[in-house]
Amino acid sequence: MKPAAFDYLRPADLDEALAALHEHGTDAKVMAGGQSLMPMLNMRLLAPAVIVDISDLESLDGIEASNGHIEIGAAATQASLGEWPELAATAPLLAKALPNIGHFQTRNRGTVCGSLAHSDPSSELPLCLATLGGEVVLQSREGNRRVVAADFQTAMLTTDCGPQEMVVAARFPVAVAGAGYAFAEIARRHGDFAIVALAAMVTGDTIRLGVGGVADTPQVREWHGLEGDALTDELDDALNAFAWEMGGSDDVHATARYRREIVRRIGRKVIAEAADAADR
Amino acid sequence: MYTKKTDLNAGRRGLAVVGLGQGVMAGSKENTGGGAGRDMPKAEAKAKYVGQRVLRRENLPLLKGEGRFVDDLPLNPRTLHAAILRSPHPHANIKSIDVSAALAQPGVAAVITGADVAALCDPLIVGFANSLDYYGIATERVRYVGEPVAVVCASDRYKAEDALDFIKVDYEPLDAVVDPVVAAGDDAPVIHPRQGSNVVSRRTFTHGEPDEALKAAQRHAEMTIRYPRNSITPMETYAIIAEYVSDTGGYDVTSNFQGPFSIHPVMAKSLRIPGSKLRHRSPSHSGGSFGSKLVIFPYIVVLCIAARKAGRPVKWIEDRLEHLSASSVAPNRVTRIEAGYDDDGIVSVFRMEHWDDHGAYLRAPMPAPIYRMHGLSTNGYGIGHCQVVNNIMITNKCPTGAVRGFGGPQLYFAIERMMHKIAVELGLDPLEVIRRNLIRADSFPYRTPAGALLDSGDYQRTIDETLADGALDVLKRRRDEARAQGRLYGIGYAAVVEPSQSNMGYISTLKTGEERERAGPKDGAVASATVSVDPVGSISVVGDSVPQGQGHQTALAQIVADQFGVDIDDVVVNLETDTQKDNWSIASGNYSCRFAPAATSAAHLAAERVKDKLARIASQGLNVPPEELEFEGGYIRAKANPDNSVPFYRVAGLAHWSPSSLPDGMDPAVRETAFWNAPELTPTTANDEINTSLAYGFGFDYCGIEIDRDTGEVRIDKYVSAHDCGTILNPGLAEGQIHGSFAAAVGATLFEEFAYAEDGSFLSGTFADYLVITAPEMPKLDLIHPTVNPSPYTRLGAKGIAEGNQYSTPVCVANAVADALGRDDVSVPLTPAKVFEWIHGEETPPPADTMAATKPTKKKRERAIEGQGEAFVPASPEAVWATLLDPGSLAKVIPGCRELERVAENAYRASVDMGVGPVRGRFEANVALSELKPPRSAMLSGDLAGPLGASSGSGTVVLEAAEGGTQVRYDYSVRLTGKVAAVGGRMLDGAARILIGQFFKALVKQAGNGGGAS
Repeated sequence: MKPAAFDYLRPADLDEALAALHEHGTDAKVMAGGQSLMPMLNMRLLAPAVIVDISDLESLDGIEASNGHIEIGAAATQASLGEWPELAATAPLLAKALPNIGHFQTRNRGTVCGSLAHSDPSSELPLCLATLGGEVVLQSREGNRRVVAADFQTAMLTTDCGPQEMVVAARFPVAVAGAGYAFAEIARRHGDFAIVALAAMVTGDTIRLGVGGVADTPQVREWHGLEGDALTDELDDALNAFAWEMGGSDDVHATARYRREIVRRIGRKVIAEAADAADR
Repeated sequence: MYTKKTDLNAGRRGLAVVGLGQGVMAGSKENTGGGAGRDMPKAEAKAKYVGQRVLRRENLPLLKGEGRFVDDLPLNPRTLHAAILRSPHPHANIKSIDVSAALAQPGVAAVITGADVAALCDPLIVGFANSLDYYGIATERVRYVGEPVAVVCASDRYKAEDALDFIKVDYEPLDAVVDPVVAAGDDAPVIHPRQGSNVVSRRTFTHGEPDEALKAAQRHAEMTIRYPRNSITPMETYAIIAEYVSDTGGYDVTSNFQGPFSIHPVMAKSLRIPGSKLRHRSPSHSGGSFGSKLVIFPYIVVLCIAARKAGRPVKWIEDRLEHLSASSVAPNRVTRIEAGYDDDGIVSVFRMEHWDDHGAYLRAPMPAPIYRMHGLSTNGYGIGHCQVVNNIMITNKCPTGAVRGFGGPQLYFAIERMMHKIAVELGLDPLEVIRRNLIRADSFPYRTPAGALLDSGDYQRTIDETLADGALDVLKRRRDEARAQGRLYGIGYAAVVEPSQSNMGYISTLKTGEERERAGPKDGAVASATVSVDPVGSISVVGDSVPQGQGHQTALAQIVADQFGVDIDDVVVNLETDTQKDNWSIASGNYSCRFAPAATSAAHLAAERVKDKLARIASQGLNVPPEELEFEGGYIRAKANPDNSVPFYRVAGLAHWSPSSLPDGMDPAVRETAFWNAPELTPTTANDEINTSLAYGFGFDYCGIEIDRDTGEVRIDKYVSAHDCGTILNPGLAEGQIHGSFAAAVGATLFEEFAYAEDGSFLSGTFADYLVITAPEMPKLDLIHPTVNPSPYTRLGAKGIAEGNQYSTPVCVANAVADALGRDDVSVPLTPAKVFEWIHGEETPPPADTMAATKPTKKKRERAIEGQGEAFVPASPEAVWATLLDPGSLAKVIPGCRELERVAENAYRASVDMGVGPVRGRFEANVALSELKPPRSAMLSGDLAGPLGASSGSGTVVLEAAEGGTQVRYDYSVRLTGKVAAVGGRMLDGAARILIGQFFKALVKQAGNGGGAS
């Protein structure tokens, strides 16, 4: 399991990184934590000619809240997000999701933006971005643009990021006052890829549920006017429809049916938990 | 000491045997003539070290990172590094291999294929004649995903792997079969045409009168059991350094091969050299094996040939992808078991038919696991009759090897599930049924119907002692409370006899009596050890136990230090082996828990002989008969008068410095090599009875489990285990073994399975998909230490201890699940998705107005990946049709198509660069259109091959005129095998959808643009 030969670039600043991407395009791959990329390189699932290592770029490792958003730079690790003092207050969903992301060892190197750029259908951070309606900031030598989650996450392992662009930051909306958030994940072992991951947000009579690991990208649904008794029956129907719309696949760990059942059963639990946490 | 009982009811509680005459009952207590002709230890003073919790001396270098594993060893600077090209197909003919481009790559010194090996080697033999020619590398056909096809030797591993992509192999894929029962059917593809059948051996064994017993039984029960394919994956994988010794025409190999050394002549014979010219050396440290490093030997042979062709030493370190797909696995098995029993739950007979799945080839000593357990076909129960039918099956999967447990997990799962079922049928407590059937304490040594001679035990007492703390009663109340709350809670039991120290003759039970007559007897199990004392009194021990991390050095030092009354640090133990220099026998090695019964016996015997010699030397100077001397505190002294003493080192020194001072007729060396064998390990009888092992321990487990209704997850709430394995040499080592065994067993119970799709593609290539248990998932083990019953057949009374929970835990937990769910058909691993369906009925269907992405389907998928879809094309059906049939348009529509060449009417060859997201690769593709019904429908079929994997499949496209264009509907059925299937199993369905979606998106675009004939 040795990778194919590649050139390794460690740019001194963002401009150098962007220049490298401009020059090499699809022959280059950006690496931050490398926690997904390195095993794939070793298994020769891909063979980029150039690796552009941005992990050391201080300009990209910031986490800060401003104007209703938390902006996380491309070099910020998952661990540093976990240690950010304002996390629980401003992004309770992320705080709940983080312990499920890999293992604490991998979180010391894996980055938030790296996970978003990789776009694994089971990953927790793409699910949170989609559920919260966050966006990604893409930059190239020509300029930058923002893309909302639904437009960014186009397919399994595929995003809207162009060959000469890179993700420089992710922006998550801060917690809505009075909203309740909950996160749950079903996995075989601690730290494993999620079989199904669920993120719920309840505000007033609006329920929003995001599901990862069933379709090829995170799927989000929102329901209004479900309260009290309706919360049970109509929600069951809504979750059933949602589960079937996503479908799911069989693999060695779970069947498609099992995934749909988790959406129905654990979806209800996670929504109930978010509802409890909300001010009604 | 032991008297023969002619009472036919020996072994069970006072029950009449219905209608069977004397001499038919094979279960009986035996006179073994213990004492005569056996080397039994002399009475000894209280041991200082044996039996104590001595800390392992092996730990410090490992903890400090100073281990010397094969990969750490210094190398000849000319050494090349090997990488192996492996088959992506489960079953295919090899039409041609072209290695010329690979040879031209930078750093490559040699490339070998099966043709090179077959020219210089004979096939690797197994224990019986067959036509499954196996060389360790494919010759004219590949038979499992991962099978070696070529070996590149280059200046480093990176360059060797680079060169693999340049080897061109032309495969002709064949249908594959992965289920052992299906493989026995007439429709199954025959994997070895010269053998003619996938049933490579079928033998029926009849012990007692099972047919009569079944007829006479009041009640019957039958079950079909499926046991999965798994392994225990060590941290260190296979490691080999091979060199051709041109002056002798032999080979010099260093590897972490673990034995048994009966494999050494197998390798030598294949390499066409005398054994003395195959030098095999083992390193200081091995990073675990658990049986897997037995079947490393085909790789050794292949690398020897590589080294010979390259003219330089070759080193190969197996990577994890290779280890999971193509090293060693335990056979999966299907067993149909039938029991005859009475209203009290007393079982009189078992009838079993096994389909033991050994993958694509047999490698020595396979099919050993099923025969290793043969003598225990009735477990520890006083069942007098059994019939066993063994079907040894070939399938398109990785060939099997040794895995800790070695046949026990598969056999005991069937037996203990049956015992539980009998209890359920009768409304009895399963523990009571177990107790009623267990062999009684006064029956040992006990000969089972199939020939095992159970040396000692007190099974009832072990159970009593396990239950003495009352925890089982507490657990039963816990179950009641949980059930009252509507929770799913169950309790299960397992009682297992734990064999250790294999009889090297058991594999010949596979042959018929006549075949055995012709071949000559096979029996015994020799262990050897050398103990020597040097001129300054330091003690060295050398042995053949080839440790894989178990702490053998520590245990042997304890034994020998006690013999000589010296400090344990004065005993140095070296267990590295060199077949050209060290003593070894075909039984040498590390397997079947032989260390505690055999290796220790040999060391003890050798030490005793040295001690006798030194006593006789000291006797001269001290003027006291040797029998009246003791070895204590570094001195040899008169027991009656301790002041009359001489330092140990002086006596040893005298032998070295002054041979003339020795007693008359005494050899000058202070070095004894003992070969120890046990006379109980007799050859298979004419009636196919075989004492498969020497020493038999006993394990008893019970557990409580809870199942989450929403997720199907099984949680082990309490687990209690007791093992009586005779004399305990070091409680720390013993507990370590049991905890390790339990951990691996929980893994097998809840997580582990090597998964193959129906079409043979391998799906468990990484640890993301083959789930080894990790610390957070480990339940607590309540370990009971029952009174031990030492073995009368081993010098220290020790029995092997390392495999117990492999046998008991999977079925103990399965019994608890059966109890919780009131269900018969319980299989491991207990994956949540599987257990969920056991709890819940049909799935809620989609609401009427929902666009379901998939349809609920019960039909088992034939191919790995199936799907359907549709697309709207703003062009007429004729225009779409023309696009499909025009090569120029097709080239624009096939994703990543670089070149397209027409090879026949509607048939094309293409090179494509294709992938999903970042995962991309180059593939050679063949595409054809057929069943053309213009402009309505067509079938597209094709195959692809490249370094990432291989794919083949077909789909139909149906064009329907619609408003403004054409509605294109398609369905596809694709198999995907090779690397992407092995490592990307989670995403295969989605990846196929995306790629096929890309094709149709491009078709829409091309046809919509007025594409058509270009």
